[in-house]
Amino acid sequence: MIAIRGLSKSLDRRVVLNRVDLDVAKGETLVVIGRSGCGKSVLLKHVLGLMKPDSGTVTIFGKQLDQLDRTHLYELRMRCGVLFQGGALFDSLTVAENVGLGLSENTSKSKAEIADIVAERLEWVGLAGVGPRAPSDLSGGMRKRAALARAIAMDPEIVLYDEPTTGLDPITAEGINDLIVRLRERLKVTAIAVTHDMNSAFKIGDRIAMLHDGHIIFDGSVDQVRNSSDPIVQQFIAGATTGPLEPL
Amino acid sequence: MARPPRPRPREARTPVIHRFAVNAAEGGRATPAILCHCAPIHRPWSLVPRPHAHPAFVIAPFAAPADTSLVELIRDIGRRILRLTVYVGGLTVMIGRLLASLPQILGSARLVVYQMLTMGVRSLPLIILTSVFTGAVSAWQAAYQFQNFVPMRYLGTAVGKAVVIELAPVLTALVVAGRVGASIAAELGTMRVTEQIDALEVMGVDPVRYLVMPRVTSGALMMPVLVLFSDFVAIMGALIVAVLMVHLSAATFLNGVKLFFHMSDMYAGLFKASIFGIIISLIGCYQGFQTRGGAEGVGRSTTGAVVIASVLILISDYLIATMLFRV
Ligand SMILES: Nc1ncnc2c1ncn2[C@@H]1O[C@H](COP(=O)(O)OP(=O)(O)OP(=O)(O)O)[C@@H](O)[C@H]1O
Ligand SMILES: [Mg+2]
Repeated sequence: MIAIRGLSKSLDRRVVLNRVDLDVAKGETLVVIGRSGCGKSVLLKHVLGLMKPDSGTVTIFGKQLDQLDRTHLYELRMRCGVLFQGGALFDSLTVAENVGLGLSENTSKSKAEIADIVAERLEWVGLAGVGPRAPSDLSGGMRKRAALARAIAMDPEIVLYDEPTTGLDPITAEGINDLIVRLRERLKVTAIAVTHDMNSAFKIGDRIAMLHDGHIIFDGSVDQVRNSSDPIVQQFIAGATTGPLEPL
Repeated sequence: MARPPRPRPREARTPVIHRFAVNAAEGGRATPAILCHCAPIHRPWSLVPRPHAHPAFVIAPFAAPADTSLVELIRDIGRRILRLTVYVGGLTVMIGRLLASLPQILGSARLVVYQMLTMGVRSLPLIILTSVFTGAVSAWQAAYQFQNFVPMRYLGTAVGKAVVIELAPVLTALVVAGRVGASIAAELGTMRVTEQIDALEVMGVDPVRYLVMPRVTSGALMMPVLVLFSDFVAIMGALIVAVLMVHLSAATFLNGVKLFFHMSDMYAGLFKASIFGIIISLIGCYQGFQTRGGAEGVGRSTTGAVVIASVLILISDYLIATMLFRV
Protein backbone atom coordinates (compact mmCIF):
# COMPACT_ATOMS: atom_id res chain seq x y z
CA MET A 1 0.00 0.00 0.00
CA ILE A 2 2.80 2.38 0.95
CA ALA A 3 6.32 1.73 -0.30
CA ILE A 4 9.20 4.06 0.40
CA ARG A 5 12.45 3.31 -1.42
CA GLY A 6 15.83 4.90 -0.88
CA LEU A 7 14.32 8.13 0.41
CA SER A 8 16.92 10.81 1.15
CA LYS A 9 16.27 14.38 2.17
CA SER A 10 18.49 17.18 3.37
CA LEU A 11 17.09 20.32 4.93
CA ASP A 12 19.27 23.36 5.47
CA ARG A 13 22.27 21.30 4.34
CA ARG A 14 21.66 18.77 7.10
CA VAL A 15 20.89 15.20 6.11
CA VAL A 16 17.56 14.38 7.78
CA LEU A 17 16.66 11.18 5.95
CA ASN A 18 19.32 8.96 4.46
CA ARG A 19 18.17 6.18 2.11
CA VAL A 20 15.11 5.18 4.10
CA ASP A 21 13.18 2.08 2.99
CA LEU A 22 9.78 1.30 4.48
CA ASP A 23 6.76 -0.73 3.48
CA VAL A 24 3.29 -0.73 4.92
CA ALA A 25 0.93 -3.48 3.82
CA LYS A 26 -2.80 -2.96 3.36
CA GLY A 27 -4.63 -2.84 6.68
CA GLU A 28 -1.43 -2.62 8.67
CA THR A 29 -0.44 0.08 11.15
CA LEU A 30 3.23 0.95 11.25
CA VAL A 31 4.46 2.96 14.21
CA VAL A 32 7.54 5.06 13.66
CA ILE A 33 9.48 5.94 16.78
CA GLY A 34 12.60 8.01 17.14
CA ARG A 35 14.00 10.89 19.08
CA SER A 36 12.69 14.40 18.81
CA GLY A 37 14.03 16.09 15.70
CA CYS A 38 15.16 12.90 14.00
CA GLY A 39 12.93 13.44 10.98
CA LYS A 40 9.72 11.55 11.69
CA SER A 41 7.46 14.39 10.64
CA VAL A 42 9.61 14.98 7.58
CA LEU A 43 9.17 11.31 6.69
CA LEU A 44 5.38 11.60 6.93
CA LYS A 45 5.39 14.71 4.77
CA HIS A 46 7.04 12.74 2.00
CA VAL A 47 4.37 10.06 2.00
CA LEU A 48 1.76 12.37 0.49
CA GLY A 49 4.13 14.49 -1.52
CA LEU A 50 4.13 17.56 0.74
CA MET A 51 7.91 17.45 0.51
CA LYS A 52 9.86 16.33 -2.51
CA PRO A 53 12.62 13.78 -1.89
CA ASP A 54 16.18 14.64 -2.90
CA SER A 55 16.39 11.07 -4.11
CA GLY A 56 14.31 7.94 -3.77
CA THR A 57 10.65 7.27 -4.42
CA VAL A 58 7.35 7.01 -2.60
CA THR A 59 4.61 4.76 -3.95
CA ILE A 60 1.07 4.73 -2.59
CA PHE A 61 -1.86 2.77 -4.01
CA GLY A 62 0.65 1.39 -6.50
CA LYS A 63 1.34 4.84 -7.98
CA GLN A 64 4.71 6.51 -7.76
CA LEU A 65 4.14 10.07 -6.52
CA ASP A 66 6.72 11.88 -8.62
CA GLN A 67 5.11 10.55 -11.79
CA LEU A 68 1.68 11.95 -11.02
CA ASP A 69 0.35 15.28 -12.18
CA ARG A 70 -1.43 17.53 -9.74
CA THR A 71 -4.95 16.32 -10.52
CA HIS A 72 -4.07 12.67 -9.98
CA LEU A 73 -2.05 13.49 -6.90
CA TYR A 74 -5.08 15.25 -5.41
CA GLU A 75 -7.26 12.26 -6.27
CA LEU A 76 -4.93 10.01 -4.31
CA ARG A 77 -4.72 12.44 -1.42
CA MET A 78 -8.50 12.48 -1.09
CA ARG A 79 -8.26 8.82 -0.17
CA CYS A 80 -5.87 9.67 2.66
CA GLY A 81 -6.13 11.51 5.95
CA VAL A 82 -3.39 13.25 7.88
CA LEU A 83 -3.24 14.28 11.49
CA PHE A 84 -0.59 16.99 11.67
CA GLN A 85 1.60 17.27 14.72
CA GLY A 86 0.36 20.80 15.43
CA GLY A 87 -3.21 20.04 14.39
CA ALA A 88 -3.14 22.56 11.51
CA LEU A 89 -6.81 23.41 11.98
CA PHE A 90 -8.01 26.25 9.77
CA ASP A 91 -8.49 29.06 12.21
CA SER A 92 -10.85 31.01 9.97
CA LEU A 93 -13.36 28.15 10.11
CA THR A 94 -15.31 26.57 12.96
CA VAL A 95 -14.43 23.09 14.17
CA ALA A 96 -17.35 21.61 12.24
CA GLU A 97 -16.36 23.43 9.04
CA ASN A 98 -12.82 22.16 9.53
CA VAL A 99 -13.97 18.58 9.79
CA GLY A 100 -16.37 18.94 6.88
CA LEU A 101 -14.13 20.93 4.52
CA GLY A 102 -12.87 17.94 2.55
CA LEU A 103 -16.42 16.72 2.10
CA SER A 104 -17.88 20.06 1.07
CA GLU A 105 -15.06 20.85 -1.35
CA ASN A 106 -14.52 17.45 -2.92
CA THR A 107 -17.85 15.64 -2.82
CA SER A 108 -21.38 16.45 -3.87
CA LYS A 109 -22.83 15.53 -0.49
CA SER A 110 -25.58 17.80 0.79
CA LYS A 111 -25.14 20.08 3.77
CA ALA A 112 -27.28 17.81 5.96
CA GLU A 113 -25.30 14.70 5.05
CA ILE A 114 -22.05 16.50 5.79
CA ALA A 115 -23.39 17.76 9.12
CA ASP A 116 -24.29 14.17 10.06
CA ILE A 117 -20.84 12.85 9.22
CA VAL A 118 -19.16 15.73 11.04
CA ALA A 119 -21.25 15.17 14.17
CA GLU A 120 -20.45 11.48 14.08
CA ARG A 121 -16.68 11.99 13.72
CA LEU A 122 -16.64 14.60 16.48
CA GLU A 123 -18.43 12.14 18.71
CA TRP A 124 -15.84 9.45 17.92
CA VAL A 125 -13.09 11.71 19.26
CA GLY A 126 -15.17 12.79 22.26
CA LEU A 127 -15.93 16.28 21.04
CA ALA A 128 -19.68 16.06 20.54
CA GLY A 129 -21.19 19.53 20.56
CA VAL A 130 -17.90 21.32 19.96
CA GLY A 131 -18.65 21.81 16.25
CA PRO A 132 -19.74 25.48 16.32
CA ARG A 133 -16.71 26.66 18.27
CA ALA A 134 -13.59 28.23 16.82
CA PRO A 135 -10.37 26.19 16.92
CA SER A 136 -8.65 28.98 18.82
CA ASP A 137 -11.14 28.51 21.68
CA LEU A 138 -10.15 24.87 22.21
CA SER A 139 -7.52 23.42 24.50
CA GLY A 140 -4.44 21.83 22.97
CA GLY A 141 -5.74 18.32 23.43
CA MET A 142 -9.17 19.22 22.03
CA ARG A 143 -7.51 20.72 18.97
CA LYS A 144 -5.55 17.55 18.45
CA ARG A 145 -8.74 15.51 18.62
CA ALA A 146 -10.58 17.87 16.30
CA ALA A 147 -7.72 17.48 13.85
CA LEU A 148 -8.03 13.72 14.19
CA ALA A 149 -11.74 13.97 13.42
CA ARG A 150 -10.89 15.96 10.31
CA ALA A 151 -8.27 13.41 9.26
CA ILE A 152 -10.80 10.59 9.29
CA ALA A 153 -13.77 12.56 7.97
CA MET A 154 -13.55 11.29 4.41
CA ASP A 155 -13.29 7.58 5.29
CA PRO A 156 -9.64 7.46 4.25
CA GLU A 157 -7.94 4.25 3.24
CA ILE A 158 -4.59 5.54 4.47
CA VAL A 159 -4.19 7.64 7.61
CA LEU A 160 -0.99 9.27 8.80
CA TYR A 161 -0.97 10.16 12.46
CA ASP A 162 1.73 12.52 13.73
CA GLU A 163 1.77 12.05 17.50
CA PRO A 164 -1.94 11.35 17.99
CA THR A 165 -1.80 11.16 21.78
CA THR A 166 0.68 13.91 22.63
CA GLY A 167 -0.81 16.45 25.00
CA LEU A 168 -3.74 14.29 26.06
CA ASP A 169 -4.47 13.04 29.54
CA PRO A 170 -3.90 9.28 29.97
CA ILE A 171 -7.57 8.42 29.79
CA THR A 172 -8.32 10.44 26.66
CA ALA A 173 -5.10 9.09 25.15
CA GLU A 174 -6.34 5.59 25.79
CA GLY A 175 -9.63 6.49 24.09
CA ILE A 176 -7.74 7.73 21.03
CA ASN A 177 -5.66 4.55 20.97
CA ASP A 178 -8.87 2.55 21.01
CA LEU A 179 -10.26 4.65 18.18
CA ILE A 180 -7.15 4.06 16.07
CA VAL A 181 -7.33 0.33 16.72
CA ARG A 182 -11.03 0.36 15.85
CA LEU A 183 -10.36 2.16 12.58
CA ARG A 184 -7.79 -0.45 11.72
CA GLU A 185 -9.95 -3.40 12.64
CA ARG A 186 -13.33 -2.27 11.31
CA LEU A 187 -12.42 -0.05 8.39
CA LYS A 188 -9.17 -1.81 7.46
CA VAL A 189 -7.33 1.50 7.50
CA THR A 190 -3.66 1.42 6.54
CA ALA A 191 -1.71 3.75 8.78
CA ILE A 192 1.62 5.19 9.73
CA ALA A 193 1.69 6.61 13.23
CA VAL A 194 4.51 8.65 14.67
CA THR A 195 4.68 8.66 18.42
CA HIS A 196 6.93 8.99 21.45
CA ASP A 197 4.39 7.30 23.64
CA MET A 198 5.57 3.68 23.87
CA ASN A 199 2.36 2.58 25.55
CA SER A 200 0.43 3.87 22.55
CA ALA A 201 2.99 2.45 20.12
CA PHE A 202 2.59 -1.08 21.51
CA LYS A 203 -1.15 -0.75 21.54
CA ILE A 204 -1.86 0.61 18.05
CA GLY A 205 1.07 -0.79 16.09
CA ASP A 206 1.31 -4.02 14.12
CA ARG A 207 4.90 -3.16 13.44
CA ILE A 208 7.33 -0.67 14.88
CA ALA A 209 10.19 1.01 13.05
CA MET A 210 12.80 3.15 14.66
CA LEU A 211 14.33 6.10 12.88
CA HIS A 212 17.75 7.18 14.04
CA ASP A 213 20.38 9.35 12.36
CA GLY A 214 18.43 9.32 9.11
CA HIS A 215 18.22 5.55 8.93
CA ILE A 216 15.66 2.95 9.89
CA ILE A 217 17.72 1.08 12.44
CA PHE A 218 14.99 -1.33 13.44
CA ASP A 219 11.82 -2.60 11.80
CA GLY A 220 9.85 -5.45 13.32
CA SER A 221 6.73 -6.64 15.07
CA VAL A 222 5.77 -5.40 18.51
CA ASP A 223 7.15 -8.55 20.13
CA GLN A 224 10.40 -8.26 18.22
CA VAL A 225 10.80 -4.72 19.54
CA ARG A 226 10.23 -5.83 23.10
CA ASN A 227 12.84 -8.55 22.73
CA SER A 228 15.24 -6.58 20.56
CA SER A 229 18.86 -6.77 21.61
CA ASP A 230 19.72 -3.48 19.90
CA PRO A 231 20.94 -1.23 22.72
CA ILE A 232 19.55 1.91 21.10
CA VAL A 233 16.08 0.42 20.73
CA GLN A 234 16.18 -0.97 24.24
CA GLN A 235 17.22 2.36 25.70
CA PHE A 236 14.50 4.15 23.73
CA ILE A 237 11.62 1.91 24.75
CA ALA A 238 12.78 1.85 28.34
CA GLY A 239 13.28 5.60 28.35
CA ALA A 240 16.61 5.13 30.11
CA THR A 241 19.14 7.91 30.47
CA THR A 242 22.06 5.49 30.38
CA GLY A 243 23.04 3.77 27.16
CA PRO A 244 24.34 4.66 23.70
CA LEU A 245 22.05 7.72 23.39
CA GLU A 246 22.74 10.89 25.30
CA PRO A 247 19.65 12.18 27.14
CA LEU A 248 20.11 15.74 25.88
CA MET B 1 27.12 5.61 12.70
CA ALA B 2 28.09 8.75 10.85
CA ARG B 3 26.66 11.98 12.21
CA PRO B 4 25.08 14.24 9.63
CA PRO B 5 27.28 17.19 8.68
CA ARG B 6 26.47 20.38 10.52
CA PRO B 7 25.95 23.63 8.64
CA ARG B 8 29.13 25.64 8.58
CA PRO B 9 29.11 28.75 10.73
CA ARG B 10 28.73 32.05 8.99
CA GLU B 11 32.37 33.08 9.49
CA ALA B 12 33.59 29.99 7.74
CA ARG B 13 31.46 30.72 4.72
CA THR B 14 32.91 34.18 4.15
CA PRO B 15 36.64 33.74 4.19
CA VAL B 16 37.18 36.80 1.99
CA ILE B 17 37.19 39.18 4.84
CA HIS B 18 39.67 37.22 6.87
CA ARG B 19 41.93 37.09 3.88
CA PHE B 20 41.65 40.81 3.53
CA ALA B 21 42.51 41.27 7.14
CA VAL B 22 45.62 39.17 6.71
CA ASN B 23 46.55 40.86 3.44
CA ALA B 24 46.19 44.20 5.01
CA ALA B 25 48.23 43.13 7.99
CA GLU B 26 50.99 41.84 5.74
CA GLY B 27 51.00 45.04 3.79
CA GLY B 28 51.26 46.89 7.04
CA ARG B 29 48.20 48.91 6.15
CA ALA B 30 45.80 47.46 8.64
CA THR B 31 44.40 49.63 11.35
CA PRO B 32 43.28 47.96 14.57
CA ALA B 33 39.74 49.09 13.93
CA ILE B 34 39.54 47.27 10.63
CA LEU B 35 41.14 44.13 12.02
CA CYS B 36 38.78 43.98 14.95
CA HIS B 37 35.61 44.69 13.17
CA CYS B 38 35.72 43.10 9.79
CA ALA B 39 35.53 39.45 10.77
CA PRO B 40 31.75 39.07 11.16
CA ILE B 41 30.93 41.43 8.31
CA HIS B 42 29.31 39.82 5.37
CA ARG B 43 29.40 42.34 2.55
CA PRO B 44 32.32 44.70 2.97
CA TRP B 45 31.44 47.10 0.11
CA SER B 46 27.92 47.74 1.26
CA LEU B 47 27.60 51.44 1.89
CA VAL B 48 24.54 51.08 4.04
CA PRO B 49 25.61 50.27 7.58
CA ARG B 50 23.63 47.38 8.96
CA PRO B 51 22.84 46.93 12.63
CA HIS B 52 25.44 44.26 13.32
CA ALA B 53 28.17 45.97 11.32
CA HIS B 54 30.59 48.40 12.81
CA PRO B 55 30.97 51.70 10.92
CA ALA B 56 34.61 50.78 10.35
CA PHE B 57 33.60 48.45 7.56
CA VAL B 58 32.19 51.28 5.55
CA ILE B 59 35.70 52.61 5.16
CA ALA B 60 37.31 49.23 4.72
CA PRO B 61 36.37 48.47 1.09
CA PHE B 62 38.21 51.46 -0.24
CA ALA B 63 41.39 50.20 1.34
CA ALA B 64 40.74 46.58 0.36
CA PRO B 65 42.73 44.95 -2.42
CA ALA B 66 40.56 45.15 -5.53
CA ASP B 67 40.29 41.43 -6.26
CA THR B 68 38.88 40.17 -2.96
CA SER B 69 36.06 42.65 -2.57
CA LEU B 70 35.30 42.44 -6.28
CA VAL B 71 34.90 38.68 -6.13
CA GLU B 72 32.60 39.01 -3.18
CA LEU B 73 30.68 41.79 -4.92
CA ILE B 74 30.13 39.65 -7.99
CA ARG B 75 29.13 36.75 -5.78
CA ASP B 76 26.58 38.90 -4.02
CA ILE B 77 25.17 40.25 -7.26
CA GLY B 78 24.92 36.67 -8.47
CA ARG B 79 23.09 35.63 -5.30
CA ARG B 80 20.65 38.48 -5.68
CA ILE B 81 19.97 37.69 -9.33
CA LEU B 82 19.46 34.06 -8.41
CA ARG B 83 17.02 34.98 -5.65
CA LEU B 84 15.13 37.31 -7.96
CA THR B 85 14.95 34.61 -10.62
CA VAL B 86 13.64 32.08 -8.13
CA TYR B 87 11.06 34.61 -6.91
CA VAL B 88 9.83 35.49 -10.39
CA GLY B 89 9.84 31.83 -11.37
CA GLY B 90 7.76 30.84 -8.35
CA LEU B 91 5.37 33.71 -8.97
CA THR B 92 4.98 32.63 -12.59
CA VAL B 93 4.18 29.08 -11.54
CA MET B 94 1.55 30.41 -9.14
CA ILE B 95 0.01 32.59 -11.86
CA GLY B 96 -0.12 29.52 -14.08
CA ARG B 97 -1.94 27.52 -11.41
CA LEU B 98 -4.20 30.51 -10.79
CA LEU B 99 -5.21 30.70 -14.46
CA ALA B 100 -5.77 26.95 -14.48
CA SER B 101 -8.16 27.31 -11.52
CA LEU B 102 -10.19 30.14 -13.06
CA PRO B 103 -12.70 27.79 -14.73
CA GLN B 104 -13.79 26.74 -11.22
CA ILE B 105 -14.58 30.31 -10.26
CA LEU B 106 -18.34 29.72 -10.20
CA GLY B 107 -17.98 26.91 -7.69
CA SER B 108 -15.98 29.27 -5.50
CA ALA B 109 -18.29 32.27 -5.91
CA ARG B 110 -19.04 32.27 -2.19
CA LEU B 111 -15.34 32.60 -1.37
CA VAL B 112 -14.91 35.42 -3.90
CA VAL B 113 -17.86 37.37 -2.52
CA TYR B 114 -16.60 36.92 1.02
CA GLN B 115 -13.18 38.26 0.03
CA MET B 116 -14.73 41.21 -1.81
CA LEU B 117 -16.73 42.16 1.26
CA THR B 118 -13.73 41.85 3.55
CA MET B 119 -11.59 43.86 1.19
CA GLY B 120 -14.18 46.61 0.80
CA VAL B 121 -15.10 46.87 4.46
CA ARG B 122 -11.49 46.79 5.58
CA SER B 123 -10.26 49.56 3.35
CA LEU B 124 -13.22 51.86 2.70
CA PRO B 125 -12.93 54.09 5.80
CA LEU B 126 -9.25 54.68 5.22
CA ILE B 127 -9.80 55.31 1.51
CA ILE B 128 -12.49 57.88 2.25
CA LEU B 129 -10.22 59.65 4.69
CA THR B 130 -7.22 59.75 2.35
CA SER B 131 -9.37 60.72 -0.63
CA VAL B 132 -10.96 63.73 1.06
CA PHE B 133 -7.55 65.14 1.85
CA THR B 134 -6.07 64.20 -1.52
CA GLY B 135 -8.84 66.10 -3.26
CA ALA B 136 -8.56 69.00 -0.85
CA VAL B 137 -4.84 69.41 -1.18
CA SER B 138 -4.86 69.07 -4.95
CA ALA B 139 -7.49 71.80 -5.20
CA TRP B 140 -5.46 74.02 -2.92
CA GLN B 141 -2.20 73.41 -4.77
CA ALA B 142 -3.81 73.88 -8.17
CA ALA B 143 -5.35 77.15 -6.99
CA TYR B 144 -1.94 78.28 -5.74
CA GLN B 145 -0.38 77.58 -9.13
CA PHE B 146 -3.29 79.04 -11.09
CA GLN B 147 -3.34 82.44 -9.40
CA ASN B 148 -2.60 85.27 -11.84
CA PHE B 149 -2.03 82.80 -14.72
CA VAL B 150 -5.06 80.55 -15.25
CA PRO B 151 -8.70 81.44 -14.66
CA MET B 152 -10.05 79.69 -11.54
CA ARG B 153 -12.97 78.24 -13.45
CA TYR B 154 -10.49 75.68 -14.80
CA LEU B 155 -9.71 74.55 -11.25
CA GLY B 156 -12.26 71.76 -11.43
CA THR B 157 -10.86 70.61 -14.77
CA ALA B 158 -7.34 70.22 -13.46
CA VAL B 159 -8.34 68.59 -10.20
CA GLY B 160 -10.89 66.29 -11.82
CA LYS B 161 -8.41 64.99 -14.40
CA ALA B 162 -5.64 64.48 -11.88
CA VAL B 163 -7.94 62.67 -9.45
CA VAL B 164 -9.62 60.38 -11.95
CA ILE B 165 -6.52 59.44 -13.93
CA GLU B 166 -3.78 59.32 -11.33
CA LEU B 167 -4.45 60.29 -7.76
CA ALA B 168 -7.43 58.13 -6.91
CA PRO B 169 -6.17 54.90 -8.50
CA VAL B 170 -2.60 55.16 -7.24
CA LEU B 171 -3.31 56.42 -3.73
CA THR B 172 -6.16 53.96 -3.25
CA ALA B 173 -3.87 51.18 -4.44
CA LEU B 174 -1.16 52.19 -1.99
CA VAL B 175 -3.66 52.33 0.86
CA VAL B 176 -5.10 48.94 -0.09
CA ALA B 177 -1.60 47.48 -0.41
CA GLY B 178 -0.91 48.52 3.16
CA ARG B 179 -4.27 47.39 4.45
CA VAL B 180 -5.35 44.37 2.42
CA GLY B 181 -2.08 43.23 0.85
CA ALA B 182 -0.45 43.09 4.26
CA SER B 183 -3.32 41.22 5.85
CA ILE B 184 -3.42 38.68 3.00
CA ALA B 185 0.31 38.04 3.43
CA ALA B 186 -0.04 37.77 7.19
CA GLU B 187 -3.03 35.45 7.00
CA LEU B 188 -1.60 33.10 4.39
CA GLY B 189 1.84 33.31 6.00
CA THR B 190 0.38 32.16 9.29
CA MET B 191 -1.45 29.39 7.47
CA ARG B 192 1.84 28.36 5.88
CA VAL B 193 3.87 28.21 9.08
CA THR B 194 1.12 26.42 11.01
CA GLU B 195 0.87 23.82 8.20
CA GLN B 196 -2.70 24.80 7.30
CA ILE B 197 -1.70 25.10 3.65
CA ASP B 198 -0.19 21.62 3.83
CA ALA B 199 -3.43 20.46 5.40
CA LEU B 200 -5.39 21.84 2.43
CA GLU B 201 -3.02 20.07 0.06
CA VAL B 202 -3.50 16.70 1.73
CA MET B 203 -7.26 17.12 1.80
CA GLY B 204 -7.11 17.38 -1.96
CA VAL B 205 -8.13 21.04 -1.86
CA ASP B 206 -5.89 23.07 -4.16
CA PRO B 207 -4.67 26.00 -2.03
CA VAL B 208 -4.29 28.15 -5.14
CA ARG B 209 -7.92 27.58 -6.04
CA TYR B 210 -9.16 27.87 -2.47
CA LEU B 211 -7.03 30.74 -1.18
CA VAL B 212 -5.36 32.62 -4.03
CA MET B 213 -8.03 32.66 -6.72
CA PRO B 214 -10.77 34.26 -4.57
CA ARG B 215 -8.39 36.91 -3.30
CA VAL B 216 -6.99 37.85 -6.70
CA THR B 217 -10.43 37.88 -8.30
CA SER B 218 -11.74 40.02 -5.50
CA GLY B 219 -8.78 42.37 -5.93
CA ALA B 220 -9.48 42.73 -9.62
CA LEU B 221 -13.19 43.39 -9.09
CA MET B 222 -13.16 45.36 -5.88
CA MET B 223 -10.39 47.86 -6.59
CA PRO B 224 -12.34 49.65 -9.36
CA VAL B 225 -15.28 49.97 -6.97
CA LEU B 226 -13.06 51.43 -4.28
CA VAL B 227 -11.49 53.81 -6.81
CA LEU B 228 -14.93 55.00 -7.88
CA PHE B 229 -15.63 55.87 -4.26
CA SER B 230 -12.27 57.55 -4.05
CA ASP B 231 -12.91 59.57 -7.25
CA PHE B 232 -16.17 60.83 -5.87
CA VAL B 233 -14.93 61.61 -2.38
CA ALA B 234 -11.77 63.32 -3.63
CA ILE B 235 -13.72 65.60 -5.95
CA MET B 236 -16.04 66.42 -3.06
CA GLY B 237 -12.99 67.25 -0.96
CA ALA B 238 -11.75 69.51 -3.72
CA LEU B 239 -15.17 71.11 -4.01
CA ILE B 240 -15.16 71.98 -0.32
CA VAL B 241 -11.78 73.67 -0.62
CA ALA B 242 -12.85 75.44 -3.83
CA VAL B 243 -15.98 76.83 -2.21
CA LEU B 244 -14.72 77.60 1.28
CA MET B 245 -11.14 78.63 0.66
CA VAL B 246 -10.87 79.73 -2.98
CA HIS B 247 -14.38 81.28 -2.88
CA LEU B 248 -15.47 79.70 -6.13
CA SER B 249 -19.13 78.83 -6.57
CA ALA B 250 -19.91 75.13 -6.50
CA ALA B 251 -21.43 75.41 -9.99
CA THR B 252 -18.27 76.98 -11.45
CA PHE B 253 -16.12 74.29 -9.94
CA LEU B 254 -18.34 71.43 -11.09
CA ASN B 255 -18.66 72.91 -14.58
CA GLY B 256 -14.88 72.95 -14.66
CA VAL B 257 -14.83 69.28 -13.75
CA LYS B 258 -17.25 68.49 -16.56
CA LEU B 259 -15.48 70.67 -19.11
CA PHE B 260 -12.90 68.27 -20.51
CA PHE B 261 -14.17 65.16 -18.75
CA HIS B 262 -13.77 62.11 -20.96
CA MET B 263 -15.27 58.78 -20.04
CA SER B 264 -12.11 57.19 -21.47
CA ASP B 265 -10.07 58.80 -18.68
CA MET B 266 -12.41 57.25 -16.18
CA TYR B 267 -12.14 53.83 -17.79
CA ALA B 268 -8.36 54.11 -17.85
CA GLY B 269 -8.36 54.89 -14.13
CA LEU B 270 -10.61 51.95 -13.37
CA PHE B 271 -8.59 49.64 -15.60
CA LYS B 272 -5.46 50.64 -13.73
CA ALA B 273 -7.27 50.05 -10.46
CA SER B 274 -8.08 46.53 -11.52
CA ILE B 275 -4.46 45.81 -12.44
CA PHE B 276 -3.30 47.26 -9.12
CA GLY B 277 -5.83 45.09 -7.31
CA ILE B 278 -4.42 42.00 -9.02
CA ILE B 279 -0.87 43.03 -8.12
CA ILE B 280 -1.76 43.64 -4.47
CA SER B 281 -3.53 40.34 -3.89
CA LEU B 282 -1.14 38.30 -6.00
CA ILE B 283 1.94 39.60 -4.21
CA GLY B 284 0.19 39.27 -0.83
CA CYS B 285 -0.67 35.64 -1.58
CA TYR B 286 2.74 34.79 -2.96
CA GLN B 287 4.53 36.39 -0.02
CA GLY B 288 2.26 34.43 2.30
CA PHE B 289 2.95 31.15 0.51
CA GLN B 290 6.69 31.83 0.62
CA THR B 291 6.71 32.39 4.36
CA ARG B 292 9.28 30.48 6.35
CA GLY B 293 10.33 30.61 9.97
CA GLY B 294 7.49 31.22 12.40
CA ALA B 295 6.04 34.51 13.53
CA GLU B 296 9.15 36.42 12.55
CA GLY B 297 8.86 35.04 9.03
CA VAL B 298 5.23 36.15 8.87
CA GLY B 299 6.31 39.67 9.82
CA ARG B 300 8.96 39.65 7.13
CA SER B 301 6.63 38.51 4.36
CA THR B 302 4.00 41.02 5.42
CA THR B 303 6.38 43.95 5.15
CA GLY B 304 7.72 42.50 1.93
CA ALA B 305 4.22 42.27 0.49
CA VAL B 306 3.56 45.97 1.08
CA VAL B 307 6.92 47.10 -0.24
CA ILE B 308 6.92 44.91 -3.34
CA ALA B 309 3.30 45.67 -4.19
CA SER B 310 3.84 49.42 -3.76
CA VAL B 311 6.89 49.41 -6.02
CA LEU B 312 5.12 47.33 -8.65
CA ILE B 313 2.08 49.63 -8.49
CA LEU B 314 4.18 52.71 -9.20
CA ILE B 315 6.16 51.01 -11.97
CA SER B 316 3.11 49.55 -13.67
CA ASP B 317 1.32 52.88 -13.31
CA TYR B 318 4.00 54.43 -15.47
CA LEU B 319 3.94 51.57 -17.97
CA ILE B 320 0.16 51.69 -18.29
CA ALA B 321 0.27 55.47 -18.68
CA THR B 322 2.66 55.23 -21.60
CA MET B 323 0.44 52.61 -23.22
CA LEU B 324 -2.93 54.27 -22.70
CA PHE B 325 -2.16 57.96 -23.01
CA ARG B 326 -0.37 59.13 -26.14
CA VAL B 327 1.41 62.44 -25.81
N1 LIG C 1 10.76 22.97 6.64
C1 LIG C 1 11.95 22.71 7.20
N2 LIG C 1 13.03 23.44 6.86
C2 LIG C 1 14.23 23.18 7.41
N3 LIG C 1 14.46 22.23 8.30
C3 LIG C 1 13.44 21.47 8.70
C4 LIG C 1 12.12 21.68 8.17
N4 LIG C 1 11.29 20.79 8.73
C5 LIG C 1 12.05 20.07 9.57
N5 LIG C 1 13.33 20.47 9.56
C6 LIG C 1 14.44 19.89 10.31
O1 LIG C 1 14.44 18.51 10.09
C7 LIG C 1 14.71 17.81 11.28
C8 LIG C 1 13.62 16.79 11.55
O2 LIG C 1 12.44 17.45 11.85
P1 LIG C 1 11.08 16.68 12.17
O3 LIG C 1 10.03 17.71 12.33
O4 LIG C 1 10.86 15.62 11.16
O5 LIG C 1 11.43 16.02 13.57
P2 LIG C 1 10.54 14.97 14.37
O6 LIG C 1 11.26 13.67 14.32
O7 LIG C 1 9.16 14.99 13.89
O8 LIG C 1 10.65 15.56 15.83
P3 LIG C 1 9.49 15.66 16.95
O9 LIG C 1 9.37 14.31 17.53
O10 LIG C 1 10.04 16.63 17.92
O11 LIG C 1 8.27 16.12 16.26
C9 LIG C 1 14.84 18.85 12.38
O12 LIG C 1 16.20 19.01 12.65
C10 LIG C 1 14.28 20.09 11.80
O13 LIG C 1 15.01 21.19 12.24
MG1 LIG D 1 7.43 15.70 14.50
